[in-house]
Amino acid sequence: MTSDVLDGPSLDRVTSPAGPQQPAAAAPRGVARRDWSWVGLVPLALYVAAFLAVPTVLAVASGLFDGDGAFTLDNLAALGDPVILTTFGNSTWLSLLTAVIGAVVGALVCYAMLGLPETGIVRTTVDAASGVLAQFGGVMLAFAMIAAIGTQGIVTKFLSSTFGLELYADGAWIYALPGLIPAYLVFQVPLMIITFMPALAALRPQWAEAHLTLGGTRANFWRFVGLPVLAPSFLASLLLLFANAFSSYATAAALASQGSQIVPLQIRTALTSETVLGRENLAGALAFGMIVVVAVVMTLYALVQRRAARWQS
Amino acid sequence: MRGFAPSPVTRWLIGLLVGIVFAIPFAATLLYTLESPSGLSLDRWAALFDPANAAAYRPIWTGLGNSLILAAVTVLLVLLLFAPTMVLVALKFPQLRRGFEFLALLPISIPAIVLVVGLAPIYLQIGRTFGTGAWTLAFAYGILVLPFTYRSIQASIDAVDIRTLSEAARTLGAGWFTVLLRVIAPNLRQGLLAASLISVAVVLGEFTIASLLNRQVLQTALVLINRQDAWAAAISTLLALAFAFVLLLIIGRAGRVGARRQSS
Repeated sequence: MTSDVLDGPSLDRVTSPAGPQQPAAAAPRGVARRDWSWVGLVPLALYVAAFLAVPTVLAVASGLFDGDGAFTLDNLAALGDPVILTTFGNSTWLSLLTAVIGAVVGALVCYAMLGLPETGIVRTTVDAASGVLAQFGGVMLAFAMIAAIGTQGIVTKFLSSTFGLELYADGAWIYALPGLIPAYLVFQVPLMIITFMPALAALRPQWAEAHLTLGGTRANFWRFVGLPVLAPSFLASLLLLFANAFSSYATAAALASQGSQIVPLQIRTALTSETVLGRENLAGALAFGMIVVVAVVMTLYALVQRRAARWQS
Repeated sequence: MRGFAPSPVTRWLIGLLVGIVFAIPFAATLLYTLESPSGLSLDRWAALFDPANAAAYRPIWTGLGNSLILAAVTVLLVLLLFAPTMVLVALKFPQLRRGFEFLALLPISIPAIVLVVGLAPIYLQIGRTFGTGAWTLAFAYGILVLPFTYRSIQASIDAVDIRTLSEAARTLGAGWFTVLLRVIAPNLRQGLLAASLISVAVVLGEFTIASLLNRQVLQTALVLINRQDAWAAAISTLLALAFAFVLLLIIGRAGRVGARRQSS
């Protein structure tokens, strides 16, 4: 394509329809033809239906229907079982704790990077590292934690030989629920950096200048302008972190070798053994309970995020 | 002058503190693989790549091979199914955009472990029709990468006026296939590249679905090998994380070059 035919009103564009006579000539053809372009949407629609919609419906439905396909709430009664309730409780406090710590630490890192150029070496490196740890670490983070603070880990042995500090005096907690906390933080903090940085970067320098010009102090700026503006974004990121920890499976599966202390591990047990707690379809019931929790959190996230988007343009 | 930027002291203090804490697990993993009775040595790294040990480490190589096949099929799915459909929506069905966006971002809200519960019966069916080849798992992985690929491809679509481009090309006599392949695709290359690299990273790191559907991929192999030889698992972990880091760094740098070109 050459560009010497360009003579339209929009010179800033690479190409644009040339000459006034052409659209007139093309119009009847367009009218006469039937538009079949919707056919192009069918493959993706079928694909999403088969691998997203159907599995989700099947997972939820297997908690709501019995073996013969009749609607029943019996399976959901499993969610009231003390063992299952404890699992949901464990999952909730683990997610809440790592979400809060992750959000605070992550926000501090974002603050430290404030004012650095977005395309500079620090931001691009931190972004890439955060992306890896937050989204693709999974099992590998568990191995790194075991190598560092496992019973034979480098840090464990160092603390023991140098300071006489025994990390595991009270038992090998790293393979139990408390061990998940440091491992989860390794992906929660980076996720906070990824999701919160855009909000922090949207703070306008002019606001601070206006504030300082009118006699405000830096501390005042954060108290009356910065924090109120950022609060919705912070809350939204916190909710996202909670949902992320709640649905995370890989790290826990590789770290907690036995027992099913959290919901995803309980689903694993239910899937791999025929009957747990003498119930059928327990995996479905757990999946149902899990999706309800995550759906509520993600809906809140969407609502808060809409409020937060007001200051980002 | 940015009135609210942190002072250099605060910046460095937070950066160093968090940086060191985050470096500890990975530095420790590296030390762990280098540790030997006679000081530091590269023996364990050499052992992993020694052909004599190929049999012992076969699960890792099989898993890696399967993961690479899956990555390739997933990228094909992204480039041949997702991207063309997104272009079609942008050109012909702009009114569907919001609904499409909701659908594309939905997998973020559905935990993979929940998806597995519903995927198990579907994969039983797939196993009967297509066999149990490793590549079939790519259908499930396509859903996992959908939100990431949507974001990067949509950003590219928004950055170019593909409507005008395609109308111009059509006016000059190009068929739809030519328009898509030779006019639109080159303009979206940055988004397509980012989407492909992210897909590769996601597929190489995926464990949940593969493990619960009993497939052999890189991550399930690592868990398996970790029981006999924790050092091999640690070395593979470092290599895989470094590889994913480089992929994401390339995406970041590619975006940087693009941003500079657009602003100049």
